[in-house]
Amino acid sequence: MSVTLKINGETRTLDADPESPLLWALRDELGMTGTKFGCGIASCGACTVHWDGMPIRSCQTMVGDLEGAEITTIEGVNGKAAKAVQEAWNELDVPQCGYCQSGQIMAATALLTDTPKPTDEDIDAAMDGNVCRCATYARIRKAIHAAADKMEA
Amino acid sequence: MLHLLQKPLEAPKPSRRTFLKMSAGAVGGLIIAAKMPNAAKAAADAGEFVQPFVHIRPDNTVVVLSKHLDKGQGTANGLATLVADELDASHEQILLELAPSNPQLYANSLFGVQGTGGSTAMPNAFMQYRQAGAAAKAMVVSAAAKEWGVPAGEITVSGGVVSHSSGKSATLGELAGLAANEDVPAEPALKTPDQWVYIGKSFPRKDVKNKTVGAPNTYTIDFNREGMLTATVARSPRFGGTVKSFDATEAKKVAGVVDIFQIPNGVAVVAESTWPAIKARDLLEIEWDDSAAETRSTDAMMTELKDMTTKPGLKVREDGDVDAALDASAKVMEIDYDFPFLAHGAMEPLDIVGEFDGETAQFWFGSQIPTIDHNVASTILGIPFEKVSINTLWAGGSFGRRAQGDAHPVSEISFLLKAMREAGMDPRPVKIVWTREDDMAGGYYRPMSAHKIKVGLDGDGNVTAVKYNIAAKSIIKGTAFEPMLMPNGVDHNMTEGASDTTYSFPMMNMDQAFQETPVPVLWWRSVGHTHTAYVMETMIDRIAKETGKDPVALRLELLKDDPRKTNVLKLAAEKAGWDTPLPEGRHRGVAVHKSFGSYVAEVVEISFREDGTVKVEKVTAAVDCGVPVNPDNIRAQVEGGIGYGLGAILRNQVTLSDGYVEETNFDTYESLRISDMPEIDVHIVASTEAPTGIGEPGTPPIGPAVANAIAAAKDEWITSLPFTKAGLV
Repeated sequence: MSVTLKINGETRTLDADPESPLLWALRDELGMTGTKFGCGIASCGACTVHWDGMPIRSCQTMVGDLEGAEITTIEGVNGKAAKAVQEAWNELDVPQCGYCQSGQIMAATALLTDTPKPTDEDIDAAMDGNVCRCATYARIRKAIHAAADKMEA
Repeated sequence: MLHLLQKPLEAPKPSRRTFLKMSAGAVGGLIIAAKMPNAAKAAADAGEFVQPFVHIRPDNTVVVLSKHLDKGQGTANGLATLVADELDASHEQILLELAPSNPQLYANSLFGVQGTGGSTAMPNAFMQYRQAGAAAKAMVVSAAAKEWGVPAGEITVSGGVVSHSSGKSATLGELAGLAANEDVPAEPALKTPDQWVYIGKSFPRKDVKNKTVGAPNTYTIDFNREGMLTATVARSPRFGGTVKSFDATEAKKVAGVVDIFQIPNGVAVVAESTWPAIKARDLLEIEWDDSAAETRSTDAMMTELKDMTTKPGLKVREDGDVDAALDASAKVMEIDYDFPFLAHGAMEPLDIVGEFDGETAQFWFGSQIPTIDHNVASTILGIPFEKVSINTLWAGGSFGRRAQGDAHPVSEISFLLKAMREAGMDPRPVKIVWTREDDMAGGYYRPMSAHKIKVGLDGDGNVTAVKYNIAAKSIIKGTAFEPMLMPNGVDHNMTEGASDTTYSFPMMNMDQAFQETPVPVLWWRSVGHTHTAYVMETMIDRIAKETGKDPVALRLELLKDDPRKTNVLKLAAEKAGWDTPLPEGRHRGVAVHKSFGSYVAEVVEISFREDGTVKVEKVTAAVDCGVPVNPDNIRAQVEGGIGYGLGAILRNQVTLSDGYVEETNFDTYESLRISDMPEIDVHIVASTEAPTGIGEPGTPPIGPAVANAIAAAKDEWITSLPFTKAGLV
């Protein structure tokens, strides 16, 4: 089955099993490996991408449902919020193993795009689906606040 | 068609002899540089300086090769900090790489083989990497002196720029080729601590940028080779089970499936990409032979362990006649503890890439003990050690999971590569991917354990004697590590943190007993300390409660012979305001523990939510890990170590029902989340002692500190982990 969609602004045609999760289509068919496999059941957030700007779990999003969709991945995410998030992540040395951080950054970018000045409660609500086994959460929280400050400046 | 090996083979385990053979490379002191082999000579001619730990390239980048796997703990950056400081390179020009398997060059000087673990990276490499950086600098300076016709002593290096008062100056990169032809100094002069520019100050992580942009080829799961296949393996759902028979008819119909092979530990589905390999595996029909499998439930296994703690075991520590001392005590407190199996749950599930053309083999993965992996691959494939290459890739976490004594991932892929070759397939590279379920239900857990302690008190509330019985499966027994780590049959990994306590009890005896089960067990971040610290530190609080003493004061009294532990305890207590009143609804707890040579005290503040569940609000930690090489990374590791330990004690356990794993993914093995994460304040002691590790020592104190805070609030002692069992989560 062939599905045409936009990925990071480019029109792409995926010739894949409609039941294949977007995650594997991105990684194996398109060679975009920034989006990570963590659990396969939408319980960890490592595979987070944006669909029309909304954070979704690509491991539970099937290729067959994506005709005409606009998908953004860590390789293509940009704009004010994404830039502020990536800068803050670097300045605070947030990552340890780093494996979950593509997903964390996609979730944080979506949060800040929607809520430019999030409270701790907003951060908990938006980021609780993203597991970090290195437990870099304290720095993730600080970095989101720092990114919000950058966006305001 | 299906290609079956005649008979499932037992994966070879490295024997004592191969282990000693592997160790041979390490004899003869620290390697800091090598005489010019041909490749290095060719590189020098091309203007490049190539030594085992440091490459200086004509483009003025300086590559520091980490002999240790970096799985997030910041080792590669920490070792680069040492080289950059002694070489006086700039932070900007440093690049990090992970060294391949080579026991001659890259052995861990504390293990004798190349390997990462036990928080040993910094302690074993601190002098070596400084010397490597200093040697490189001496060679650069010597080359510049000859080139410029000035005395070497007049040349300075700063921020990667080599200069002389005459106005001559060059970058490290410009001098690299010339420096490569200089003699390697045997004992290069090292800086004195007052001359350090990065050590003890700041050297931000050089691996962060790649990890914030989803850079390609960072982790094994991202690694690609021309023509690479992807495989999944159906392994026995019960530990120790083997394939009796299987039917792959339906699996083979999935588009993208290339072939299906039986290998010793299961059935491998080889496909053109990941999704068909996962989908087809679900369609395999396999009958398992469970005759040698673990078919018990963890409840039954715990009953056995508890029973073991009631009987004499192997003597780990024996100060005297403890039973008589207890009999003579005014009061005896008897407490039983139990701890569950824990999965490591690294974010990147296990994975490995390999290729084999019949004569040579190459592997790419986050190899934590490359020397064992290297030997196992060579043995299974039947080719010489020299014909095997292991390339180390960054790992998405490990927490001990990638440090397998049995090298099972490389063993599995080697059998698969061999089966593919025997079937006449073209030698294509293959990647084995573990799903989360494969990883979590695949064993190699922190062993479950039972502990029984008896504490005698005299009429004045002083401890008279401690009797400690522990039972668990040994991580070491039956592995290649047994000869080295269990010389007297005693497994100190199981009892570390208790048998070697520095609390000055008049008498302490400790016995251990080993459970036998096919469930594979492994080191889990801080190993024995994950349970012994919990027992020892909650025991101290119970003694304090029983005798009406302040928990910090009692510890200080018992730690009079341990100045460094005393120091971190006092520092954490002071910074947390231990003696100050708490806001309404807040409760404090404390724990202090030494592990892997480092001392960590943690004071926690907790509250209870309306539903009665516990919330850890704040943790104040004090750390003494010797010279703090990279203070920000020490803070990061303590923050992460606390989070990792906290998640486990709150709600993690792996249970078996009739031998089947019940928690197989993050929906049932619930990880700590951002909303659970306390505020953490880390204070580092300005020590001049030799540096010790920091990947693990932040973890042990958090569990008992939280348990002690709960007890302070509710007089309820949690002795059966995790806290979900007590309804507190």
